[in-house]
Amino acid sequence: MSERIGCWLIVLLVLGLGGCSGGTWNDPYPSADAESNTYYSSFSERPKHLDPARSYSANEYAFLAQIYEPPLQYHFLLRPFTLVPLSAAEVPVPEYFDASGAPLPQDASAGEIDHSDYVIRIQPGIRFQPHPAFAKDAEGHYRYHALRAGNLDGINMLSDFEAVGTRELTAEDFVYEIKRLAAPWLHSPIAGVMQQHIRGFGALSDALAKQDPQDALTRIQTLRQARIDGVEVLDRYSFKITVEGKYPQFNYWLAMPFFAPMPWEADVFYAQPGMAERNIVLDWYPVGTGPYMLSENNPNLRMVLSRNPNFHGERYPTQGMPGDADSGILADAGRPLPFIDRAIYSLEKEDIPRWNKFLQGYYDASGISSDAFDQAVQIDSQGQPILTDAMRKQGIELLTSVEPSIFYMGFNMLDSVVGGYSERARLLRRAISIAMDYEEFISIFANGRGLVAQGPIPPAIFGHRDGEAGINPYVYAWKNGRPVRRGLDEARRLMEQAGYPDGVDRETGKALSIYFEAVATGPDDRARLNWIRKQFTKLGIELVIRSTDYNRFQEKIRNGTGQVFMWGWNADYPDPENFLFLLYGPNGKVEHQGENASNYANPEFDRLFDAMKFMDDGPQRQALIDRMVEIARTDAPWVWGFFPKAFSLHHRWVHNAHPNQMANNTLKYLRIDPEQRAQLRRAWNQPILWPLWAVGGLILLLVLPALWMVRRRERSTAL
Amino acid sequence: MTAYILRRALYAIPILIGVNLITFLLFFVVNSPDDMARMHLGQKRVTTEAVQAWKAEHGYDKPLLYNAEASGVGHLTDTIFFQKSVKLFAFQFGSSDDGRDIGYDISQRMWPSLAIAIPVLIVGLAFNISYALFIVFFRATYIDIASVVLLVAMLSISSLFYIIGGQFILSKLFHLVPISGYDQGLDAWKFLILPVIVGVIGGIGAGTRWYRTLFLEEVAKDYVRTARAKGLGERFVLFRHVLRNALIPILTGVVVVLPLLFMGSLITESFFGIPGLGSYTIDAISNQDFAIVRSMVFLGAVLYILGLILTDISYTLVDPRVRLQ
Repeated sequence: MSERIGCWLIVLLVLGLGGCSGGTWNDPYPSADAESNTYYSSFSERPKHLDPARSYSANEYAFLAQIYEPPLQYHFLLRPFTLVPLSAAEVPVPEYFDASGAPLPQDASAGEIDHSDYVIRIQPGIRFQPHPAFAKDAEGHYRYHALRAGNLDGINMLSDFEAVGTRELTAEDFVYEIKRLAAPWLHSPIAGVMQQHIRGFGALSDALAKQDPQDALTRIQTLRQARIDGVEVLDRYSFKITVEGKYPQFNYWLAMPFFAPMPWEADVFYAQPGMAERNIVLDWYPVGTGPYMLSENNPNLRMVLSRNPNFHGERYPTQGMPGDADSGILADAGRPLPFIDRAIYSLEKEDIPRWNKFLQGYYDASGISSDAFDQAVQIDSQGQPILTDAMRKQGIELLTSVEPSIFYMGFNMLDSVVGGYSERARLLRRAISIAMDYEEFISIFANGRGLVAQGPIPPAIFGHRDGEAGINPYVYAWKNGRPVRRGLDEARRLMEQAGYPDGVDRETGKALSIYFEAVATGPDDRARLNWIRKQFTKLGIELVIRSTDYNRFQEKIRNGTGQVFMWGWNADYPDPENFLFLLYGPNGKVEHQGENASNYANPEFDRLFDAMKFMDDGPQRQALIDRMVEIARTDAPWVWGFFPKAFSLHHRWVHNAHPNQMANNTLKYLRIDPEQRAQLRRAWNQPILWPLWAVGGLILLLVLPALWMVRRRERSTAL
Repeated sequence: MTAYILRRALYAIPILIGVNLITFLLFFVVNSPDDMARMHLGQKRVTTEAVQAWKAEHGYDKPLLYNAEASGVGHLTDTIFFQKSVKLFAFQFGSSDDGRDIGYDISQRMWPSLAIAIPVLIVGLAFNISYALFIVFFRATYIDIASVVLLVAMLSISSLFYIIGGQFILSKLFHLVPISGYDQGLDAWKFLILPVIVGVIGGIGAGTRWYRTLFLEEVAKDYVRTARAKGLGERFVLFRHVLRNALIPILTGVVVVLPLLFMGSLITESFFGIPGLGSYTIDAISNQDFAIVRSMVFLGAVLYILGLILTDISYTLVDPRVRLQ
């Protein structure tokens, strides 16, 4: 009897699996979606915030940037990174004024400029996505703006509301969002920065903090009524932002979701009693004008973006870089966007299932984890990464690009041994810079995915120099057309000059011992830390590694109690100011709580920085940057580390995949061939059934003799 | 029995206070309210003012355990510990540090955990008991020895190996089931096959060994010899007599884990992408979300105590000699 049930179970399993997934059994998606125009990808961490005023993280921008439309965006193909309009009609050109309010010419010096006005005209006719916040009844009243507790019975998610509505985007929505950035209760991460730049921003923030409205609806009412001196609605489709002095980087901020328009109706809708208890909040359900809207938000399982039926329309770029036409990336030039109807992002916490699902065709694109790197990529004789035969055979394509980021080793300049500006300390830091073989580090710990940094500015950012002019002469020499790391002999000589022959302090006679602050969580970290220790040992320095958790590590850096550490920075915008400010004295971590973690402060560098940050890109600015980089290289507050390279893979049915490290709203450019995908998925994932029969046979082979033995034993007699 | 249960429930109160206190201390030894604020505010451009404002808004600006500035009972009540703990006893879990309702999340996420844990428990129990009885039937033979070797080998292998091996063989190599994922409602079943198979196989080594030991102890007892002397068949003796008498320790092991099935499995849920309570807890720890961590630990402690009470009650059902007083 039990065997019979077992057989039936196997038959049911076989029929059930086959029946539900249209030929493939391991398909994680419904068979009805097999040929749908859907993009499949994954995410590993739940987005913390989807409110554009609060979000400041790459994994959140992956969703937000498809939904919200700030005034500007980065051109998909042009390099260097170029700003183009998104919801704005054109890229605003600031108008400069002196203290008396008289206009100044565009080439006025920063010192003359009292304030700059950015007049932003938006495109008329843009409409918000369908949302219950806009739904109105027959009399024209908002249907869901005065809900009582009883009205929310049976409502657990946004889609449970019957009616939706929309309205046209106006300049007021942008101004409302800027006021939200100033609201103390929203904890916007850029409130501090904007306080320094937008006129009246700080005053509004202080006033709101003083009023301190407690109730959510009162807060919104207060915010709507509040005025901000430097932000003004000019008419239905244009508004003006007044920025203190000259701040050329301001346009970059206008390309970030912080400045995306927010309809007050959405804020009111979500602030009603009972909404937060049901987790129906703006931080969970965004309301935008972009090509997609978040139609399902279950970040414990999946997040689904669907085409926004109210999208105002945009066309694929017709301009590109030389070679783009030949590469086929301009094949869709001028066609209406977006191409894809839906994007499903599944939660995938572990690399192994994510990678295997990509290989099975269930994810359209994938990064490459360290474990899978050798399976996917090999380095050719020229040192270039190429796909392995297995990947090429499967039609997978590889994209690489240098990220606008830097990972560096910092010296705490406040420390009495490795810090300071004495010649002794400089020589010690330069010696360590030579000994730290970052080429080897990249090869071992990053699978070659990195470019050794010669200074703080990554490639593709203005100010970066390639070739001989760009090398750090204290660490590299230019030989045979390429930079060659200086030898250990030179490093040891520097050590001797610094008063540490063979790593022994001449003054005390004791071996030099340095503390390295590290965040170590796993076995991989141990190998990395041992490698770092070895680099210091080359100079006779004893490196004491102080591993701790990230909280304590940050605390040490904040308090300036560490000596040497590794850290990184990911660009907010593609401007050298966003990297050089990491070495700007008034931005020091200990004294000013800024992002200058090594607390480097060189008056000459700071003076040049103050001049450089107001300049437009050009030879004059380049000259200042060169001088600043030279000063920093001389002082060596960092071992410059490396610029990471992003490697990504996609299947042959994905078109228009193109690396753009600044733009996050690239989903709209992607096009897929669902029929080809379905066909290949079927070919790659045909169930192999013989193991089922083999297991069944094995079970029979084991069970039948066992039953026979049981029966025989029971029937046997004692004698 | 009612008095007994009531008494046990009252005993639970100091235990729960203790658990809550230890969780609180352990959490705040590792994380300070400042760390929590910085974790939630992000890595970039976080100012001290923003940290203070976040702490004030989330109630983490008070002293941890003792408020020297307060007066009277305020010394103890105007603290983070009291403010954050007292509502738990009314099962009001409140909001997570990023503002989501914890009670709602638990009610949503316990079902995926149960969807794996219950089949693993039932199938595993049936298989392990049957296999253990089979071994006992052939005790002191090559079948017994070979089985013990196999079981020891199986229990020596890490559960991670079973998970990765299962994913590799069944999904990657033979394409029989999805490698990971989950869906709502009945569509979830195809995602459950692999974790359930892996869960059952992963538990065979330890489970069968344990039941074999229990059954071997029982078969050596006088009543078994008497049953055999009466001429009962070995199968009858094992299933009707030995199994029944071994039920008490089996129940102890099973009933006590029943409530904990809600809590999910950390590794399994993570590898198979199951949105259960196990991954909820792990995420909360890595995100330093104290509100969720304390709620889950509290819930776990309550369920554990409940499991112990249920075990006691189940004794009275399977063994008439047991009386709860």
